Amino acid sequence: MRNMGVSKFLYHFGRYVIMMRTAFSRPEKVSMYYRETMRQMNDIGIGSLVIVGLIAVFIGAVTAVQFAYQLEGSFVPRYYIGYIVRDSTIIELAPTISCLVLAGKVGSNIAAEIGGMRQKEHIDAMEIMGVNTAAYLIMPKVIAALFVIPMLVALAAFISIIGGYLASVPAGLMSDAEYVLGVRSFFEQRNITMMFVKSIVFAFILTSVSCYQGYYVKGGSIELGKASTNAVVFSDILILLSDYLIAIILT
Amino acid sequence: MIRTENVFKSFGEAEILKGISTEFLSGKTNLIIGRSGAGKTVLLKLLVGLLTPTAGNIWYDDVNFGNLNKRDLRTIRMKVGMLFQASALFDSMSVEENIRFPLDMFTNMTKKEKLDRVNYCLERVSLEGVNDKYPSETSGGMQKRVGIARAIVLDPEYLFCDEPNSGLDPKTSIVIDDLIRSITEEKQMTTVINTHDMNSVMEIGDNIILLHHGEIAWRGNKDEVLASENQILRDFIFASPFLQRLRDTALEK
Repeated sequence: MRNMGVSKFLYHFGRYVIMMRTAFSRPEKVSMYYRETMRQMNDIGIGSLVIVGLIAVFIGAVTAVQFAYQLEGSFVPRYYIGYIVRDSTIIELAPTISCLVLAGKVGSNIAAEIGGMRQKEHIDAMEIMGVNTAAYLIMPKVIAALFVIPMLVALAAFISIIGGYLASVPAGLMSDAEYVLGVRSFFEQRNITMMFVKSIVFAFILTSVSCYQGYYVKGGSIELGKASTNAVVFSDILILLSDYLIAIILT
Repeated sequence: MIRTENVFKSFGEAEILKGISTEFLSGKTNLIIGRSGAGKTVLLKLLVGLLTPTAGNIWYDDVNFGNLNKRDLRTIRMKVGMLFQASALFDSMSVEENIRFPLDMFTNMTKKEKLDRVNYCLERVSLEGVNDKYPSETSGGMQKRVGIARAIVLDPEYLFCDEPNSGLDPKTSIVIDDLIRSITEEKQMTTVINTHDMNSVMEIGDNIILLHHGEIAWRGNKDEVLASENQILRDFIFASPFLQRLRDTALEK
């Protein structure tokens, strides 16, 4: 049983590597790929602004409120709350939670789109025309994600900090000056680097895994649903695993 | 011309095609017919390269299709047009964008040249003025014709049709058959059609291959169908008592 699991994993991993190698081939027409990449940037980036923004507000708010509660009665100065909100959102919460949510929104959409194309023979039609379908369908999505997801994560971090402010200052947990002092204290540039490294790695994972699930779907609507679900589940698992590995390497 | 040389295709233990050796002639409508499960679609997919044979060779004129690297395969594919059973039109693109897609991808034509070419193809399939419609806004017959227009936009040498009459009423089927035949003759294409439609067999079958359990059971043309004594062919073509009576009456005459 264990051997079957390992061989299944190796089969999928090998097929994934071959697919990605084919996906990053020379385009037939750069202008077509450019147009498709811009379209994907709009779908992935602009289309995710609202949900990323909303989540970011609550990430910051919850972090501020929870830490305020934890620090109550202790000798730790209250301005530390701003510092903790800033660093926890930049280092961990903004990239990880945003990308977990994007795996659900963007990843499932990608798997369903490509899987639907597979089922309706659109991919076969393109293959017969001579299009490198792995490249045309996958490369623009991955490149678009590599550009826009780090921007979304940076925006999420910024909005989270504001969310923390909105949850703590008007509620009287601390003063405006204390929060701002905390946000400005003990800043380390490498945290920003870690945030962007994580967001780039997570962006690659969630798009490529979702593309793989959709590209190789076989069967009907049930299988398409499973592919969409698997895209999210596997992306989430790999995001968390890579989060851990990046933390070890960069800390 | 396309030639298959002792082509076998298996999926696991199941042997679907067993030693298919045949020719598909240029300037002719070549039909692959047979019962469901005979291997027609598998053979068609082998011919267009969506599947690879387990054994045997497929030749496009002097080029061995199976030995091509990816770049050469793509070059051959640009000479191929295909009409799918469900048309496979891209839902998010208009009719014009669908037909223009191969031009956008593979040519350096100007916008006007592409539009002229799209309009020519739409005119050829008698669908002028539907450029801005989306596939969901068109009927089944119109979708097939748009599919044909897209298949011929790059002036292919080889045209493949997977059950082009499927889902169409008899009158529209005749329109599609006539269109395919006239385009084939005009462009001297090698056209291969996978079909169940007996009207197509009797009207446009210049070169008919009957598949039965993965093997070629009969080969001939539309004029030889009626008089053939091949039992497998007779059981397939004249499956209904009505068609049997028609055949007997025609032979008496």
